[in-house]
Amino acid sequence: MTLCMTMCLGDYVPVGQGLCVSVHVRLCVPINLEREDATCMGVWNCIYLTLYLSVAEGAWYCGKGPELGIRRPEFKFWLCHLIVVWSLVNPFTSLSLSFLMCKMRRMDLSYFQLWHLLCSLHPLAMGLLLDSHRRRALARLLLRLNTPLCVVSYLAGVFWFLGLAFSPLTQNTYISENAMGSTMVEEQFEGGEHALNFARDFTAQRRKTGSLPVAWLERTMRSVGLEVYSQSFSRTLPFPDETHERYMVSGTNVYGILRAPRAASTESLVLVVPSSPETLNAQAVGLLLSLAAYFRSQIYWAKDIIFLVTEHDLLGTEAWLEAYHDVNITGMQSSALQGRAGAIQAAVALELNSDVVTSLDVAVEGLNGQLPNLDLLNLFHAFCQKEALLCTLQGKLQHSDWASLGGSLHGLQTLMLMVLRQASGRPHGPHGLFLRYHVEAITLRGINSFRQYKYDMTAVGKTLEGMFRKLNNLLERLHQSYFFYLLPSLSRFVSIGLYMPAIGFLLFIPGLKALELWVKLNKADFGPEEQLGPNHSLVQPFGQDARGVALTPLVAPVLISQATGLALYLLPVMGQHVAAQHFPVAEAEAVVLTLLAIYVAGLALPHSTHRVVSSTPRGPDSGWMALKLVALLYLAIQLGCISLFNFSLGFLLAVTMVPAAALTQPSGPRFLYAVLLVLVSPGATLLGSLFLWRELQEAPLTLAEGWQLFLSALAQGVLDHHLYGALLFPLLSLGLYPCWLLFWNVLFWK
Amino acid sequence: MLSKCVVDCPELCLAYLTSFPSPSVWQDQAEQLFKSGHTNNWAVLVCTSRFWFNYRHVANTLSVYRSVKRLGIPDSHIVLMLADDMACNPRNPKPATVFSHKNMELNVYGDDVEVDYRSYEVTVENFLRVLTGRVPPSAPRSKRLLSDDRSNVLIYMTGHGGNGFLKFQDSEEITNVELADAFEQMWQKRRYHEMLFIIDTCQGASMYERFYSPNVMALASSQVGEDSLSHQPDLAIGVHLMDRYTFYVLEFLEEIHPASQANMNDLFQVCPKSLCVSTPGHRTDLFQRNPQNVLITDFFGSVRKVELTTETVSLKPDLSSMGYSHLKCHEDEELAEPLSYAAQLPVAQIIHQKPKPKEWHPPGGFILGLWALILMVFFKTYGIKHMKYVF
Repeated sequence: MTLCMTMCLGDYVPVGQGLCVSVHVRLCVPINLEREDATCMGVWNCIYLTLYLSVAEGAWYCGKGPELGIRRPEFKFWLCHLIVVWSLVNPFTSLSLSFLMCKMRRMDLSYFQLWHLLCSLHPLAMGLLLDSHRRRALARLLLRLNTPLCVVSYLAGVFWFLGLAFSPLTQNTYISENAMGSTMVEEQFEGGEHALNFARDFTAQRRKTGSLPVAWLERTMRSVGLEVYSQSFSRTLPFPDETHERYMVSGTNVYGILRAPRAASTESLVLVVPSSPETLNAQAVGLLLSLAAYFRSQIYWAKDIIFLVTEHDLLGTEAWLEAYHDVNITGMQSSALQGRAGAIQAAVALELNSDVVTSLDVAVEGLNGQLPNLDLLNLFHAFCQKEALLCTLQGKLQHSDWASLGGSLHGLQTLMLMVLRQASGRPHGPHGLFLRYHVEAITLRGINSFRQYKYDMTAVGKTLEGMFRKLNNLLERLHQSYFFYLLPSLSRFVSIGLYMPAIGFLLFIPGLKALELWVKLNKADFGPEEQLGPNHSLVQPFGQDARGVALTPLVAPVLISQATGLALYLLPVMGQHVAAQHFPVAEAEAVVLTLLAIYVAGLALPHSTHRVVSSTPRGPDSGWMALKLVALLYLAIQLGCISLFNFSLGFLLAVTMVPAAALTQPSGPRFLYAVLLVLVSPGATLLGSLFLWRELQEAPLTLAEGWQLFLSALAQGVLDHHLYGALLFPLLSLGLYPCWLLFWNVLFWK
Repeated sequence: MLSKCVVDCPELCLAYLTSFPSPSVWQDQAEQLFKSGHTNNWAVLVCTSRFWFNYRHVANTLSVYRSVKRLGIPDSHIVLMLADDMACNPRNPKPATVFSHKNMELNVYGDDVEVDYRSYEVTVENFLRVLTGRVPPSAPRSKRLLSDDRSNVLIYMTGHGGNGFLKFQDSEEITNVELADAFEQMWQKRRYHEMLFIIDTCQGASMYERFYSPNVMALASSQVGEDSLSHQPDLAIGVHLMDRYTFYVLEFLEEIHPASQANMNDLFQVCPKSLCVSTPGHRTDLFQRNPQNVLITDFFGSVRKVELTTETVSLKPDLSSMGYSHLKCHEDEELAEPLSYAAQLPVAQIIHQKPKPKEWHPPGGFILGLWALILMVFFKTYGIKHMKYVF
């Protein structure tokens, strides 16, 4: 990103630079980048490269040749040709490299990275070679075309995103993993009744003991032939969780291992059922036990199977996962595990609360927007079709006709729901916590609605049997299919190569605006005497030159904004007791109210910062321009980074914040700008997202309900961060909120 | 013994030959007998694929193994290479079996399977070493292809392939050029008399298109650009049991018995496109005999049917068609002189048996004359005194 910044500041040539660099970073970031993701990105990379290279070449030939200090004509000649040849070779090499990656499944990425590093050095060289006349012409062009370009780019980004659910951008899903192949399984599970008996016993025992009936579970698991262990854990929450009514939590996880009869215990699969006081999941526990008994009688297992029942839903799962991998990252106290079964290859979480189901809903969004490999979902979908089950995604059935407008709009609705859920960064089911350990996992929820046709436990059991039988055939972790995707329906998906341009278009705007500001700050007076290239002009702002940016007045607003962000992050949880003592509120309320108070107090900052800032001698506008320049770059970098690991969050923030950020200035209709800025602040975006979410789910909120939901979402967000390590809260409080405050400062600049 | 006799001295053996009702049929049969000049049979059966989902490739190879063994080639003459052990795979719900048909009537794993190269021993290097005989001295007899110039060799390969290559394990591949060169080396080292090459893989025809050694007949399951398809999906085992081509080849071979007269043309008809989906291909241009006269058992079996007769059959002395090489050999012996080491090698025979188109070359005198003309023209034009400008 430093490179990106250098280039935005340094030369005007690489129009698609921000995109390119973000793609480069994209390539370096994900450790689980695989074939298909890479191919798509490779292709897009090529398009970006060709785009900005052609601009660069054009600029080179338009100019009369560089007025650099190079004397020898042949040197210039060779340099010129080297660059032309390089740029010709460039896209082809990229293409062939991505093709290579296509062919070899697990290619070392280092060559690819090396090449892209070289490619990104190219425009730097071009910038050095550009002469000052061209530079001035480009600067003028940039100033003239800036606003239309921004508008076009914003519209392109938004419409690209809305178009994702339509047919040219979505593809049909398919199972890529050869080892799983098809649904060739003869399901023989007949233990539906058995499962219901187990479920009734479990409920009775649960009522008797008042908590998870550990002894009964252990006895039953042992009786069906598993190796049984239990694990106790306890955790004191940072503040009382009012939604789940818990504060000091202690519980026990019970798990049984079915050892593969003819294989070493090096790999395992997990079937996990979360049980908590409010959702008992008795039928799921019953089905788990019944499946365990059936699986025990089969001899074809090549992986151990762990049947896990966790208490206090996600807390238990987190405790078990941490103990299994022998790490402690969230301050959970738990006893060590007595039995293990090798590396977990895949996990399925099951939530059933009725004796019959009308449909199965599948949840994929995990912690911090991580997604399981698409093949796992494909496998589930394939078995849904085979068993003729009704399967839903985001609670939405598939539209029968994809090609029609109605079908596409339905897909868009489902896709929006997924984007909202992914952006929240919460684990939407126990599977979400497995993803952190690179264990592919999904959660299946049985839904019992008013539909006529019901499926019994046997049908659900058969689906699970089929999935486990196929997962058992795996030879490696699931890696063949996509890790980054959006789903407009179960049978269709949008790959990373197709949705990334949407955010690319949006992030183009802060880059353009920053360039415009930079040109304005330098008064566009690049005289012919300035021949030292962008590196020199980069240094200039720190010098005493009259042109350029004065950075010293910016230190105070930036520091104060960051400090506010830090306070927003730390104070609510740290000061809850103080707040609870002095005000008549409970701890949980205190946290949320402190959060809101600090957030709103931030709005008053510009008035106080001005006292710190001394007046600038450089003219009336240079102060806010410099601040806005820094803020724009800060925003672009943050959004770029966020969209790399959680596209949905990045996109939601970008689509709201970018236009307001681009418009903000201390002149003009300031009140309008202020309203707009408040409306797009991270908190308001969260509130809006909640309303949109319920609207899309066809359960609209009233204002009061919405406010209540907003308050509980704030508390849950803070809790998720402390309990599971969700990153949304620190990202917003430490990153985007201070950035937003900078724009607020710009707006009220005096 | 008898077969040896047949080749060495056909005239003497005629008296013991098959008894048939009509003399012309006797004659045909007798000629048929002499046309295949082999005395022993060998088979190299290779499955190059690992992993459970490639069950079908192991079943393919084992089904060919079963056929050649049933038709009489002993384990000592079969080099069986299996890249994975499906019978003992923990995912196999029917342990210690490999089935070729979903009705589970044919367990091709059988009771005694002698796998000579297994799992990670199945490499391109080992395969080429087996073919060319360059195995280390420590290699046991069972891991060697001890064939000679009177051996008919059957080579069967299956696995995942593409245009011009066949993948071994998950890490390397053999190309069609390498394979063709290996066969040529076998020919030069006199390691076969005739060879039948069968391959069941995607774009299989690409594997034999580079062959250039004589006496090789080749079959493939699919043309270039075509995939070979699997057959017999089995829900209980959870994988495909066989590939289409080999499935129908096996069905065909199950009908063959050691005395059957089915010939290669019948084998070419196996698995038409309607059944195979892919188009099986074959190549016979390198092979010296008419495929119609080549019995299936020439390659898949090693038993010769011998019946005694009291009748005398007189054969036409058609030397060119019946083992001229054999007579050639006699002539060579008659001309025998004290031989140098190089002369002991059957160079003449090799050259003769391998018809290579001779490149046309202008006669030496013509070239000499041309040069003389050039020089003459040169001196005529410039004279001798200008020589110093030339150099």
